[in-house]
Amino acid sequence: MATSAAKKVSWAKIRLWRIFLLVGFLAAWEVATRRAWIDPFFVSQPTVLAAQIFDWIRSGFIFRHLWVTIQETILGFVLGTLLGVAVGFLFAHWETLAHIFDPLMVALNAMPRVVLAPLFILWFGLGLLSKVVMVVSLVFFVVFFSTYTGLREVDRDLVNNARILGAGPRHMIRHVLLPSALTWIFSSLRTSVGFALIGAVVGEYLGSHEGMGYVISYAESMFNATGVLAGLLVLMAAVIVIDLALKWLDTRFSYWKPAR
Amino acid sequence: MRSGTIGLEHVTQRFPLPREEREFTAVQDVSFDVRGGEFVSIVGPSGCGKSTLLSLIAGLVPVTAGRIVLDGEPVTAVNPRLGFVFQRDALFPWKTVGENVGLPLLFRGVDAAAARPRVAEWIARIGLTGFEHYHPYQLSGGMRKRVGLAMTMVYEPEIVLMDEPFGALDVQTRNLMENDLLDIWAQFRRTIVFVTHDLEEAIALSDRIVVMTASPGRVKSIYPIDLPRPRSVTEIRFHPEFGRLYETIWKDLKDEVRLGYERSQKGLVG
Repeated sequence: MATSAAKKVSWAKIRLWRIFLLVGFLAAWEVATRRAWIDPFFVSQPTVLAAQIFDWIRSGFIFRHLWVTIQETILGFVLGTLLGVAVGFLFAHWETLAHIFDPLMVALNAMPRVVLAPLFILWFGLGLLSKVVMVVSLVFFVVFFSTYTGLREVDRDLVNNARILGAGPRHMIRHVLLPSALTWIFSSLRTSVGFALIGAVVGEYLGSHEGMGYVISYAESMFNATGVLAGLLVLMAAVIVIDLALKWLDTRFSYWKPAR
Repeated sequence: MRSGTIGLEHVTQRFPLPREEREFTAVQDVSFDVRGGEFVSIVGPSGCGKSTLLSLIAGLVPVTAGRIVLDGEPVTAVNPRLGFVFQRDALFPWKTVGENVGLPLLFRGVDAAAARPRVAEWIARIGLTGFEHYHPYQLSGGMRKRVGLAMTMVYEPEIVLMDEPFGALDVQTRNLMENDLLDIWAQFRRTIVFVTHDLEEAIALSDRIVVMTASPGRVKSIYPIDLPRPRSVTEIRFHPEFGRLYETIWKDLKDEVRLGYERSQKGLVG
């Protein structure tokens, strides 16, 4: 009891400190730019940023672009995850296959996808498809590697027990392999969702006529620091929302584990 | 032929040692029979291949040489008429107590309506009524062991293999579980092959005890245990015959245990 009460107090303190630091930072930024210690042309200004975001929201401008980016992210994320899980299962089941493709997977994964983005745009056009491919190429490997590891780490006793209890191959996947790999898959999803958004934004940034990457790239070409920073802030908010959603899903699927 | 008989005929099991040319012989030329409904324990020093024998009987691992027959039929794959209680409780952590106990019935294609009363009956028998919706992490070690036992017994296997099932439990819980096991066995009369390193436990539970040699495991001797039944594991220890049996078998086992220990110190046992 005493310890949990102590913990609560310290957590309240931590929150307070976080808010204090954030407010302090914003205030310092605001004051520094107002007093012209720093030129707002380069770093913008908190109040101007807030006004810009508010303006985007009021005119609906931002929703059109955010929606495009979110679409690309989600589509690529879902496709990449499904592909990663499927290939992970395939490789875990046929070890020979895994051995054959191992160097290829490692090599492909080592390739910097961000630099590939211009090629993807060349191959798949300025529209949605090139960004989705970009996202898939980022998400796939994260999910694939964790699914593969997850399946290889499955408790041997549990597999043997299932065999003795009469599990067929489909039972084995449904009741043993998938649930135990799900922990690994979920932890990778929260990493890969950040990658997904980066993929979509970088794709847009390098070549498109809509989406958050385009908004940022356009503002940049106008030397509009406010536009760039406001765009980044909106993206940040989007990632936080998606991460919260995944966290919620994760707790829903790990109800069987002791609470951390 | 009575059902639930096991025959081991010159069973030998070798494993290739990783990164070495030679093979490791886990069990060598093991032969003995288990009658239907008999309670047989296998004791021996650690690393003598006791657990390997169970995996072989279960069909989890194919034998290198010799053969194993269940009711006259050679073992070639995992046998659905057989149950296995593992050393570590091998419950499915993402399933509730009720789902765990019902799982073998689901695997066997028993429909849900028929499975429900059987699951409820076994949960009641292990004293966990009211815990159906708990997950394994919420249970104590003893409770998890009970669930494991119910999971095995619910499909009424003719043969139950148990690999040091109570080794990880504290003494009190362990004695309770042993008595429960004897009750269940008395009621259902399944063949039980019980692996343990605890000689007292083996004597208290069994009809016969197979003593194995240090690695490579061979059958050293087999002792019938003629203690009266029904037994209580806590009381049978005070039976005059118990001490005599213990002394005789321990004399036999002692040398093997010492040998096994010395070898493990030298790193000769894989």
